[in-house]
Amino acid sequence: MSPTTHAVRMGLRRGWTEFVQSLRSTQDQGYFLFTGSLVLGYLYLRRDTPVEGTDLLLPTVTLPGLLGALIAFGVVLGPAYTLAMEKEDGTLLRHRAVPYGLRGYVTGQLLFQSLGLLPQLLVILVPGFLLFDGLMAEPAGWLTLGWVLALGMLATMPIGMVIGALVPSTQKVGTWGLLPVMGLMGISGIFQPVQQLWGWVEVLAQCFPMYWIALGMRSAFLPDDARLLEVGESWRTLETVGVLGLWAVVGALVTPLVLRRMARRSTGSQVEAARDASLQWVR
Amino acid sequence: MDEVVRVRDLRMRYGETDVLTGVDLDVRAGEVVCLLGPNGAGKTTTIEILEGFRTRSAGEVTVLGQDPARATEDWRARTGVVLQSWRDHPRWTPRRLLTHLGGYFEPWSTPERRRPHDVDLLLETVGLTDLADRKVATLSGGQRRRLDVAIGIVGRPELLFLDEPTAGYDPQARHEFHDLVRRLSAAEGTTILLTTHDLDEAEKLADRVVVLAGGRIVADDTVDGLAARVEGEAQVRWRLGGERHASSVVDGTAFVRLLLAEHGDAVTDLEVHRASLEDAYLSLVRRHEEGQGDAAARLFTEVAR
Repeated sequence: MSPTTHAVRMGLRRGWTEFVQSLRSTQDQGYFLFTGSLVLGYLYLRRDTPVEGTDLLLPTVTLPGLLGALIAFGVVLGPAYTLAMEKEDGTLLRHRAVPYGLRGYVTGQLLFQSLGLLPQLLVILVPGFLLFDGLMAEPAGWLTLGWVLALGMLATMPIGMVIGALVPSTQKVGTWGLLPVMGLMGISGIFQPVQQLWGWVEVLAQCFPMYWIALGMRSAFLPDDARLLEVGESWRTLETVGVLGLWAVVGALVTPLVLRRMARRSTGSQVEAARDASLQWVR
Repeated sequence: MDEVVRVRDLRMRYGETDVLTGVDLDVRAGEVVCLLGPNGAGKTTTIEILEGFRTRSAGEVTVLGQDPARATEDWRARTGVVLQSWRDHPRWTPRRLLTHLGGYFEPWSTPERRRPHDVDLLLETVGLTDLADRKVATLSGGQRRRLDVAIGIVGRPELLFLDEPTAGYDPQARHEFHDLVRRLSAAEGTTILLTTHDLDEAEKLADRVVVLAGGRIVADDTVDGLAARVEGEAQVRWRLGGERHASSVVDGTAFVRLLLAEHGDAVTDLEVHRASLEDAYLSLVRRHEEGQGDAAARLFTEVAR
């Protein structure tokens, strides 16, 4: 086995170890339960609200989109926070000091962040199916769910990695990651159809993957006539594949460059500076 | 090839500031070399360039036969770096982390040099056996440092870099660490390059001390050789008729002979100290800083005028 393949295997093992450790960590369990109960609580309070133009109820229509948004949220902010933190605390530098360590590190991150979606999906889907009707009307929807998840992840994870690699410190992920993602969540047609927003906001929302992931999720979970609620009264599957695919390709091209730059800058002095900065709260 | 590190006219400039202004350095296989210098002298910059973590501005650098700035992963597998970690891998256990990071070295294992080290033995060597399955987050500062050392040597490096390895150690931990480095050097023949501003550490560990001040090397010698260079080789102290006396002399023995011949039994509490590494070091740094001292003197005369 070549050393590079070996490093990828080491990375996969690392990603799996980190996933298991995350499942056992009360901190991460807390995050999943918190987001899960927030989503389900909101939907449950509005369980009897009808949706105009259909015979479906609000939780049924909103849950798939919200699930999509949460996945995008996790896949962008997860890597962003992890990378920002791990270049400060020396994790990245440790990998720079072993042969092909960065290849292993990035592989581990990709696997860990992808696996991290599973608990997120489970805490929302399992109670969701029990509480609300009309979800996943057609079994073929599972297939759609599969490809939307995969493509959505490929489209959004690079964004998170690039943010994490570029931010000067972990605190700045709030400004450069959290705020824009929250903003996008508000305008991506998750809580209300995107057509109800101003024209330019509607266009803006459709430039980013979050809208398309949410749309794809709705197309997976909802009966076919729910497409009447969407732009052009269609699921626009082709456009979904196109936009998400474009983001994925751009991400695959840009991310390695940005990560390489980040690795080049990672030194003991940088780690020490971050440690000193963390002790200095007021600047 | 006997020469492990060869540096010629190494220069480093950050913006307008020259940090290194022409460093020449050679390290031979099996040597323990200590890079000594005041804060800001460029020790860390130098070692980071040699580790391949930082790109130099100018000069010629060869480490294990390659330029670290463009070195291959094969080169990386032959070096070890002891990092000052901070709070990385909090959820991992020492055993899991060592096994994982050591695993990267497996493709470079040869019958003569098995890579990586056996993890249990390594944990025992750094005294972490009892804590091997505890979370890293629960380790104390000193225990964490020992884990750092273990990670640095897990790949059985031919050349090991240590930057300020014992900063923040308590005396006991420092003593154990020095012991570990000496064993490593003796048993494995590992070439070791470390930086410190602790003279005691340099004296205990180093075959050779290189003093860096103001961006260049101002001395490169053995500990004894360095001490012998200082003028006023010995400090003599004695008491005469209730009064304390002290004198710096070149030839301590001759001075004492004369002193006793003159005063005989009246001399009490006689002490003779050889110049220590500390004296040598302080005198070197002082001599270097005299240039800046001149500037200060000029500044004050101008203000006085």
